[in-house]
Amino acid sequence: MPKQAQPSLTSSVINSLRQRFRNWAFRRTVETGTVELNQRRIYILPTRQGVGFGFVLVLMLLGDINYNLSLGYVLTFLLATASGMSMLHAFRNMAKIEIRAGHIEPVFAGEQAYFVFYFNNPGKLDRHQLHLHDDNGHHTVFDLPAQQHAEIQLALPATQRGWMDSERLTLYTDFPFGLFHAWTYIHFDVRCMVYPKPAAAQPLPLTSAQNGSGNLPAAGDEDFSGLRNYVEGDALPRIAWKALAREQGLQVKQFAAQQGQALWLNWAQLPDIAVERKLEVLTRWVLDSDAQGLLYGLRLPDGEVAPQNNPSHRAECLQRLALFGMSTT
Amino acid sequence: MKLTAPLIYGLIACILLVSAPHVEHLPLWVSALCAMLLAWRAYLTATGNALPERWLLLLVTLVCVGGIAFNFHTLFGRDVGVMLLMLLGSLKLLELREVRDATVLIYLCCFVIITNFFYSQSIPTALFMLFTLLIIMATWVHLQTGTLALKPRLRIAATILLQAIPLSLLIFVLFPRVQGPLWGMPQDAYGSSGLSDTMAPGSMSKLTLSDAVAFRVTFSSPPPARDQMYWRGPVLWNFDGRTWTRGRNISPQQPRLDKVSLPVSYAVTLEPHNKLWLFALDMPIKISTPADFLPDFQLLNKAPVNARLRYNATSVMSYLANLDEQPQQLRRALALPDGYNPRARELAAGWRAQNTSEELIVKTALTYFNKNAFEYTLEPPPLGSNSVDDFLFETRKGFCEYYASSFVFLMRAAGIPARIVTGYQGGEYNDLGGYYILRQSDAHAWAEVWLQDRGWVRFDPTAAVAPGRIQNGLSASLPNNSALPFFARTQSELLHKLRFNLDALTNQWNQWVLGYNTERQFALLTRLGMEDITWQKLVANMFAGVALLVGIFTLFMLRHLRLRDTDAVQAQYNKFCKKLAKAGIERATHEGAQDFAERAAQLKSQHATAIRDITAQYLALRYQNLHDANILQAFKRAVRRFP
Repeated sequence: MPKQAQPSLTSSVINSLRQRFRNWAFRRTVETGTVELNQRRIYILPTRQGVGFGFVLVLMLLGDINYNLSLGYVLTFLLATASGMSMLHAFRNMAKIEIRAGHIEPVFAGEQAYFVFYFNNPGKLDRHQLHLHDDNGHHTVFDLPAQQHAEIQLALPATQRGWMDSERLTLYTDFPFGLFHAWTYIHFDVRCMVYPKPAAAQPLPLTSAQNGSGNLPAAGDEDFSGLRNYVEGDALPRIAWKALAREQGLQVKQFAAQQGQALWLNWAQLPDIAVERKLEVLTRWVLDSDAQGLLYGLRLPDGEVAPQNNPSHRAECLQRLALFGMSTT
Repeated sequence: MKLTAPLIYGLIACILLVSAPHVEHLPLWVSALCAMLLAWRAYLTATGNALPERWLLLLVTLVCVGGIAFNFHTLFGRDVGVMLLMLLGSLKLLELREVRDATVLIYLCCFVIITNFFYSQSIPTALFMLFTLLIIMATWVHLQTGTLALKPRLRIAATILLQAIPLSLLIFVLFPRVQGPLWGMPQDAYGSSGLSDTMAPGSMSKLTLSDAVAFRVTFSSPPPARDQMYWRGPVLWNFDGRTWTRGRNISPQQPRLDKVSLPVSYAVTLEPHNKLWLFALDMPIKISTPADFLPDFQLLNKAPVNARLRYNATSVMSYLANLDEQPQQLRRALALPDGYNPRARELAAGWRAQNTSEELIVKTALTYFNKNAFEYTLEPPPLGSNSVDDFLFETRKGFCEYYASSFVFLMRAAGIPARIVTGYQGGEYNDLGGYYILRQSDAHAWAEVWLQDRGWVRFDPTAAVAPGRIQNGLSASLPNNSALPFFARTQSELLHKLRFNLDALTNQWNQWVLGYNTERQFALLTRLGMEDITWQKLVANMFAGVALLVGIFTLFMLRHLRLRDTDAVQAQYNKFCKKLAKAGIERATHEGAQDFAERAAQLKSQHATAIRDITAQYLALRYQNLHDANILQAFKRAVRRFP
């Protein structure tokens, strides 16, 4: 047993040491605003191919000395200085690039979170083959032509509900010869809202009110209170198709909401299952009620959201579910 | 990065470029095989077919290696090594599966370039090397940029190459030179740079194409006339119908000279040639370095000369050599292979019958060469198996080895002991240094004939055909024919000048680039004012110089990185302010753009709208970080139109 444990122990020690070294050597501050890459942020080391090429150069130099090949010297020095200069070109390929983080759309756990970064190349030089990746190997490559912006999305899997941090990302380039690896760490103060993963399709709960299903009555109901302009995210059943047919544009029927008819999605109503499962079921219900255009409210042990039906209400409910039981808000 | 078709074509081009210079000294079948392998790869790429199976490649590889082993009886040495590298590169291309393989191929190409320098280090070779490097680098960049088009890739490669050139020149000048080989060299490492101990038609003329220095001589006594300077090297006795070889000296007797003239003393600085022999004027009597004195007056070093060697020697210009030559040696000097060259034998037998004295026969032979329209040329037509007959009666065009060979053949056929001596003839006097330079192009072959009462006497049949060769050197003796370069044939004054300049350039190149060694390095740096040169000092200066150059490059390279739209915006706004200042409204340093605009609008009410518009656009562009080319254009237009 100890024999087997040994390597994993040493490797974990090495890993933690490496991590500590990284933390010490490379600043781990979290950035806000726009970051400009400069010599304090860009690190350069030879790649494995670079070391290999150095070996080839040493061989060539030995050959030149041995056979006294003058042109051989010239060639060897040309290759050596060209690869040395390639270090500067690698640096230049990244220097003075401006980066800022963009808005990140909320996602559900199990989906990909798209972290958005705006890269700006203010200079007159094209930048080639910039790689952006996280420590788990999620990766994207892009070019940045002179004096242009690029919106770069890095898809990272969202596994857990709550706020998701991008962690520290690495931006690197091996341009032009792959002999040198120039890289920088970027860690922005941005996070992605990750809603709980919706449970499989579930029937909605019976409303606490008296009139049964809680489904909104069909159009023509007496609670109909007028039309308003369509806003993105409005449920399809509530679009006034007749108004559309009269060429009045996309309109949505509004109903005078009454508390008594609202559907309460209630934590307490759920059977005794794991907390995460409960959240998943509630998420499903929020999505379904929203889609069906119901008036719905959310009642959780730590508070409630009054019934409504609109996109911001939906977002608020989902966020409450995502952050349920978490200390940070 | 994927291995796309353009990348594959780039790699094929790289291998073609690095292999092309080798074609002339490789057997045809190897070149053809390489070309076929590359064509196969190009075909597979063009049609999108799969790469060949591993077993097939293994089979092809084995066939290639086997073919080379069969053809050359070895898998080592320079030529074979080059061939193996070329075949390896072409085969690697056929099993290119990853980007890493492509990287390896790029490295291999760089390595193959260097092998070409064993054969040629001329200016065209250097220029071709630069071109090849450019293509290799552009392909290399391709590995890292993927979709980038050829032109920008070439531009990147050219930039890096242009930056590397001054840096590498600096390093070339300052890099401490290490003398001599670090390890034993393969026997054929310097194939073209020295005399060999065999002589076949064509071997000398090949050698004379090289400008490499063989040795330098400083005389401490008055030097002999140029046409008397025969620098003795290997003596060749055995003839197999085509090739002359040294054979074994069977006489244990020491060489002996009688009736010698006043001795001539000199110091020889011999360039390493990886062979045993030392060169001395006909005939040497003393040498300062421990050497074997062979019965045929050859001087052999104790070990191959693979570092520059300096020795003092003394020679006599007139002598009677080995008057009492051993009979078995004389028999060697009469041996001829049976069945070859019947017409030459017949001719010699005729001379023998007509003349009683051996001296007369020799004279007849020399007259024969002189009178029968023989031509001295570097590009003789090929000879058949009866090489002497073909030369004497058919082609009559040849270089010194042709004349020496047929002369000795005729002498032996006429019953006169004769042998071939190879070495160098003449020398180029360097006024500045006060020494003679002997180059490979001065390589020469002549004959020695043993005559009763005179011993071994030197005869040079080449002198009978092209006396200029002996008196003034090689270039003076070649006729104006196709063997000479284009420039030499024309009579135009301008082209003549050009040719001389080109020649001077080549000479400088040879001296300063190819001949750049420790001595030259020290001489140059001393002239530049460096004192007490040590290798530490060289290295320190080298690094300082490189750091300075790289610093300058860095300044230039990082110049355009921060140029912003806003700078352009600011420039336009300044123009606008200047226009207003001309109209008498000057912006105070503390005044904000907005306040200034209001003040200006009130003072120049007829342009109030324009002033406000321009200011609003300026503020939007400058402070809202708008990067929109159209808005910027509109802003520029507005400023331009502003009165």
